[in-house]
Amino acid sequence: MDNEKKVVVYVRLKDGVLDPQGVTIHKALQQMGYSDFISVRTGKFFELEIKSDASDIERQVDEVCSKLLANPVIEKYSVEKID
Amino acid sequence: MKYGIVTFPGSNCDYDAYAAVKHILKEDVDFLWHKSEDLMGADIVILPGGFSYGDYLRAGSISKFSPIMEQVIKFARSGGMVIGICNGFQILTECGLLPGALMRNSHLRFSCKYVYLKVENNHTNFTNACQPSEVLKIPIAHGEGNYYHFDSEIKKLEDNGQVVFRYCNEQGNITPDANPNGSINNIAGIINLEGNVLGMMPHPERAVENILGSVDGLKVFESLRRTMLPSTLSR
Repeated sequence: MDNEKKVVVYVRLKDGVLDPQGVTIHKALQQMGYSDFISVRTGKFFELEIKSDASDIERQVDEVCSKLLANPVIEKYSVEKID
Repeated sequence: MKYGIVTFPGSNCDYDAYAAVKHILKEDVDFLWHKSEDLMGADIVILPGGFSYGDYLRAGSISKFSPIMEQVIKFARSGGMVIGICNGFQILTECGLLPGALMRNSHLRFSCKYVYLKVENNHTNFTNACQPSEVLKIPIAHGEGNYYHFDSEIKKLEDNGQVVFRYCNEQGNITPDANPNGSINNIAGIINLEGNVLGMMPHPERAVENILGSVDGLKVFESLRRTMLPSTLSR
């Protein structure tokens, strides 16, 4: 078909930043009887479809992550390429 | 002295702020549409509460790219007075005019109630009509008001007197029980280092008439009036 590129961005709270949603989900797991799970951390992921002829994708993705997708005060991100 | 109140798609306290300024304070005021690039000569800009852009991604994260925000940021950087209330506070942290971030309330619930605030610094443009350590009764209404920053940055805020309001009990004691959202050090409102930008989660514009349950929010606006009066008169 075509050869557009796809990247997946994962955004998660930095270590040490309290994740109340994760804590709540963990409590639910314990109530369900799953006692082997020590903790839960939540996060978000974004699929970005990119024009095949785009240049400098890494820089653009990095900019988009730090300017919009993640808040650098509380979050960190990682990028996974799917070709 | 003129107020400008920004309306983003999803703002829902813009009319509350407008009513407080226009009908209670009897000051000149205009709405500023998010797509506009004109502050209409405002001396004070209010970023009101609400759910701008549906709180999509993170509260306040999309609003910072509105055309009007470019002007608000310029205005603030040149010393203009800006107040961000609730969602407005979230926008101010997202756009970098104020440090830190506002996270989900630690109990995950939306919290809508009257709280008590201790005035930690009454030598600011926004609190000079308050007594030292005065306790104000002002309502909150938010799901993401949990103020967070790195320990080293919190220390700077504290050392510089940038923490303006702290959640307290009726007697003015800063206790964990009085903290409605998990904010570090019970922080409810901060100013920037230059002192011309205030962000606060509680809603002073909703505490301006006795029928609303409190008039303590007027103290913030009265302080601004004291701050601005000499400069606007000299024009």
